Amino acid sequence: MTFQYFLQLVISGLVIGSIYSAVALGFVIIYKATRVVNFAQGELLMVGAYVCYAFLVQMHVPFWAALLLTVLFGMVLAMLVERLILRPMIGEPAISIIMVTIGLSLVLRSVASAIWGTDILVYEPKLFPQEMISFAGVPVSLEFVWCFVLSVFLLAVFSIFFKYSKAGVAMRATAFNQQVAQSMGISVKHIFALSWVISAVVSGIGGVLIGNINGINNTLYHFGLKVFPATILGGLDSILGAAIGGMIIGILENLSDGFCKTYFDLSGVKEVAPYVILVLILMVKPYGLFGTKEIERV
Amino acid sequence: MQYCGDFRTAYERDMELLQTPFVKVCVTAFFVFLLAWPFLVKSAFLWITLQILIAAIGAVGLNILTGFTGQISLGQGAFLGVGAYTSAYITAKLGLSFWVGVPAAGLVTAMAGMVFGIPSLRLKGLYLAIATLASQFILEWIFLRWESVTGGSYGIVIPRPSLGGYVFESDRSYYYIVLLIAAAMVLFAANLMRTRTGRAFMAVRDHHISAEIMGINLFKYRILSFAISSFYAGVAGALYGHSLRFVSSEQFNIEVSIVYLAMIIIGGLGSILGSIFGAVFMILLPKLLTIVTAKMAVSIPGIAELATALEQGIFGMIIIVFLIFEPDGLAHRWKMVKAYWKLYPFSY
Repeated sequence: MTFQYFLQLVISGLVIGSIYSAVALGFVIIYKATRVVNFAQGELLMVGAYVCYAFLVQMHVPFWAALLLTVLFGMVLAMLVERLILRPMIGEPAISIIMVTIGLSLVLRSVASAIWGTDILVYEPKLFPQEMISFAGVPVSLEFVWCFVLSVFLLAVFSIFFKYSKAGVAMRATAFNQQVAQSMGISVKHIFALSWVISAVVSGIGGVLIGNINGINNTLYHFGLKVFPATILGGLDSILGAAIGGMIIGILENLSDGFCKTYFDLSGVKEVAPYVILVLILMVKPYGLFGTKEIERV
Repeated sequence: MQYCGDFRTAYERDMELLQTPFVKVCVTAFFVFLLAWPFLVKSAFLWITLQILIAAIGAVGLNILTGFTGQISLGQGAFLGVGAYTSAYITAKLGLSFWVGVPAAGLVTAMAGMVFGIPSLRLKGLYLAIATLASQFILEWIFLRWESVTGGSYGIVIPRPSLGGYVFESDRSYYYIVLLIAAAMVLFAANLMRTRTGRAFMAVRDHHISAEIMGINLFKYRILSFAISSFYAGVAGALYGHSLRFVSSEQFNIEVSIVYLAMIIIGGLGSILGSIFGAVFMILLPKLLTIVTAKMAVSIPGIAELATALEQGIFGMIIIVFLIFEPDGLAHRWKMVKAYWKLYPFSY
């Protein structure tokens, strides 16, 4: 394995990983605020990619407007989902809530494939310039650079939002203790809705970015399953953890795939490596790099 | 003197599985009915019943783990696969009998379950759910890649069982094997829950720290629960493989795990009867959807294509609606109905 190949794997892993980070961010926001493990995160991503396709290619809207409309659509969808499906489930056991999000994922998936079919669709025209630039001797598509920059921008915006804005502080308060937050005048209902909205928007944009690189079809939701390794590595309730975890998982899956291809002649390691990493992390450090340790008292 | 209502004065009476003569008669009659069933219905219905029985074994197993011990598992589909592949390897590649293959499938799957259950010592709830999800993907990958054993993407063709020269080739004869195994395993599960082990499981579920303080070895019982649950999954998987005469990796993907989880949630967590209701419901539902779609396609042309695409969505919708409006499952509803008729016409 040459150093150049290694570097190439790291760079492409970092780019894909940055999208994992964005989607993992969406996942963590929902988990932190509402304690819901959202198995439909990948479907939110897929729907975002499809909706943007509908505006951009089918209705010939310029890219910036299409992206804006996608964000709007994501907001409305998230609000409906939160109000109609998740709110009646408050107080139910964790397994029922997991199951309801799985049910939601089936619905979203089937609606998407009923509308857009199962063929691979591509954004036409491409969203970003296709030229190659050289980075430390490794050719990198400008598309990748744009993708990385946008994801990191997204992560930065939301980190600042959580740290400094009033709504962000209210969300953190709710995550810390719902009853106390409510008695301080924070509407927990609104916070729940807001966290779903942010999550859907972030995942939707992630979907557009990944759809631009890989093309969109009805298996795009698999991408959402990668948030589990990413969030577990970073800690299930840590936003910083989601950002770093996503990128590490992206790089590790690429590297392990490259290593196994070169040295063991074993292909397809990419699909399974993140989950092996996940199990290892859970055995060694169950609360991840930055997660809150749960202390139990009787 | 005859009292109305049933009064029990000994713990043995209180813990009996079939508590009144009426229930005994009903259960016996139902079993006789199941024995006669293959002679009453068409082969398509027999096939569905066969699948329901197999699913019931897997669902009971998952309910032991999730409903009784409180360990969420998203890997039941893969464990079914381990069982199916073990039995397929033993019968088709080693040439041994079905009667060796199925118990071996159970044991090998129990081992696999124990290995993937090890994280359960440190992990609870959501973390464990995600760990078992990982085991699902890892096992699925192994099914596809370990070609010398699993046949890779080609799968394995396996025979139906035989005994002393008689081959159980028809669905009808195979149905009886499955029925007996299913009945035995459901009975075992119902009995298990009346023993020290079963009570320990429930104590771990209700409050694991209190359970530990009472002297229950958490690690032992959690691993045991994983082992028993996986044993059930393994047997169900093996029976499923032999029923189809073919095993391949797509039969055991994440969707199967989801369907099994839906079975026990819709049926009722922590209820053996609920697992069976769930199995019936989840196997019948797709068939019913197909029939309804076909009927509607006759009157409204063009809806057929859309409906097949939306079938999965309707399935998901029903899961959601069920969870919102019937969170305690069908077993709970069944209890309510029974109580209603018992007290009829006085509702209190």
